[in-house]
Amino acid sequence: MNWQLLPQFAITGLLGGGPIALLALGLVLIYKSSEIFNFAHGQMLLIGAMATWWFSSDQALGRIFPGEEQFALRIALAIVLALLTSIILGLVIERIALRPMTGQPLLSIILMTLALSQVLQGLTIITFGTTQRNFPVLFSTSDPYRITLPLAQTAGAAADCTFALGGDLQPGCLIVIIRQDLFWSFVIAMVCVVLLYAFFQYTRTGLSMRATAEDHETAQAVGIRINRVFGFSWAIAGIIATIGGILIATASGLSLGLSVVVLAAFPAVLLGGLESIPGAVIGGLIIGLFQGLVALPNNDFFLGQEAAQAIRNAKEIAPYIILLIVLIVRPDGLFGQKRIERI
Amino acid sequence: MAIPRPAGDFDRRYEQDMSVLRRPWQVGLLLLFLLALYLLPLYSSGSLISLVNRIGIFIIAVQGLNILTGYTGQISLGQAAFMTVGGYVSALLVGNLGWSFFLALPVAGLAAGLVGLIFGLPSLRVKGFYLVMATLGAQFIIPWLARNIYQDILNGAQGINVTVASLKLPVIANTCFLGTTYDAAANACYFRFGDPASFLFITITVLLITTIAAHNIARSRFGRALVSVRDNDLAAELLGINLFTYKLRAFFLAAVYAGIAGSLLAHNLRFINSETVNLTSSVLMLGMLVVGGLGTSVGPFFGATLVLLIEEAVIILTPILIDLIPAIEGTASAALRPLIFGLALMLFLVFEPRGLAYRWQLIKAAWRLRPFAH
Repeated sequence: MNWQLLPQFAITGLLGGGPIALLALGLVLIYKSSEIFNFAHGQMLLIGAMATWWFSSDQALGRIFPGEEQFALRIALAIVLALLTSIILGLVIERIALRPMTGQPLLSIILMTLALSQVLQGLTIITFGTTQRNFPVLFSTSDPYRITLPLAQTAGAAADCTFALGGDLQPGCLIVIIRQDLFWSFVIAMVCVVLLYAFFQYTRTGLSMRATAEDHETAQAVGIRINRVFGFSWAIAGIIATIGGILIATASGLSLGLSVVVLAAFPAVLLGGLESIPGAVIGGLIIGLFQGLVALPNNDFFLGQEAAQAIRNAKEIAPYIILLIVLIVRPDGLFGQKRIERI
Repeated sequence: MAIPRPAGDFDRRYEQDMSVLRRPWQVGLLLLFLLALYLLPLYSSGSLISLVNRIGIFIIAVQGLNILTGYTGQISLGQAAFMTVGGYVSALLVGNLGWSFFLALPVAGLAAGLVGLIFGLPSLRVKGFYLVMATLGAQFIIPWLARNIYQDILNGAQGINVTVASLKLPVIANTCFLGTTYDAAANACYFRFGDPASFLFITITVLLITTIAAHNIARSRFGRALVSVRDNDLAAELLGINLFTYKLRAFFLAAVYAGIAGSLLAHNLRFINSETVNLTSSVLMLGMLVVGGLGTSVGPFFGATLVLLIEEAVIILTPILIDLIPAIEGTASAALRPLIFGLALMLFLVFEPRGLAYRWQLIKAAWRLRPFAH
């Protein structure tokens, strides 16, 4: 094991967990208000990112605001338009697909969101094509931030550290490289989380959404139109998915495979607890951290080279191993409501 | 729902009451249908035979899913993963150890069943949506293992080529009959199921066996216990049904069916890798089950046939659509399959959640009651 790389991988993983946490939040939001687990979240994210790309491309806003100097304006407008698209998409999904499912058994609801994900996938392909797209670069990728951690307090080591390039090249000091795009997407994701939390705590709509999540009938009895609340939560989920899609597309490029990132958010939701907003965030960060740490074993790993290689390849299934452990050990997650029910 | 019978049609003996096919004409019709299926290679094209093979294999997998999801009420998104297990096990047994396919087939089912037991273990503590996530975990972990462990045998993401299934027959009077080839090393004749037309015999025969098994599981004490677990698990437990073991047995059976289907699929395609059947196939199979009708013996038949026919129709209609709307030329072939399947499933969920099997019951009832409405 290369322990010197531990801080590097841990921080990269944690930063990658930011967008996962945001996506997990979108899932929890819909689950809380309407007890629907949205398997189509990945496709909503894909459509959001694709719409942002399309609006900012030469076919749309690029024609009106050409050139480098108007890049910021173009991107900002494109993001606003993409968010509007996703709001409309969320409202349409709720009205057409999920309102008829009210009161239906769990299997029907799960299958409905799965069918929805297939439909949205097909619509995305037919509208935007299958080719890999160049997503506009929002954050500089060439100039990463560096943090120097002195490891051994030997004389002269501190001076060398500032010029080191790699993680463990210099003896006696440790440099953690933080990619700007990862850092800023983490920051934006966390800002969104805080804004959403404030929205739920301090606005009237947020209050009515929390009331609906608590009990549908009681909420109706005090005059909340719960259909409108469901529409609201889908619209907000659409916004969250779009922001998540933009953040992930800036870090890893835009292709149809983008929707699979949400598969890492499903275990995050269960790890945190299905109904818990802070749980979703913490679950997302833990999943990200774990995904970063599986890259750690190198060739002198104690189980041998092949095992190390296998573990490094395990990034995609690491969340699901956590998921199985959570389901067996603590099915309600870290912060979920305890259901008192014998099965 | 009880099927109304014409006046004067009573069961006079216990065997009559228990029989699946009550009338001589039903038996005759079934035999005719089977004969038509077996003789399909004589009068139809290769693409139709391949389609029938595919439908038959998916019916078997959906029958397993029906035991787990339809009767027991445990939703599973992992059926394709268990198919992968079955496919790999049988491919390795036949290809590397030289087993006969007909021995490898049940063993592949058992192996998949054991893996299914492992992923059924969370059903001890969780149910409903949480169990969906556990089976989704199987759907990710099993293909990942197929790609990443024992790469010298499993060949990683490329997958493995599967040996042709063959049946060993004795040499009679120094000749090999029925199109079999003579193998001097083993001094035996081999019938090779290399093309879809000959593989159809295996598919139909196995499908016949699994159908009889599934139908009889459903109406035995065990099957009724599974239904009671689905309908009210607390009441079932009070009636003396051990929920955990019954759920595990349902998981086991579902995975056995999936393993058999996966083994058939691997030997039919002559190839298997971790993506031959994937998460989308699992969704597809759940869709087939709901389209066909949950918890009915005919549901898997209707569902798998309809969904795969829709897929086939999409492939045929794509060039016509491209002619009509040239703008979608590059994307239509990839887009239409998920789009049409998703739309069909959504329409079924909203307008016919009980599936085609229920519609079939209504048609049968109307036919028996004619000329009266009720």
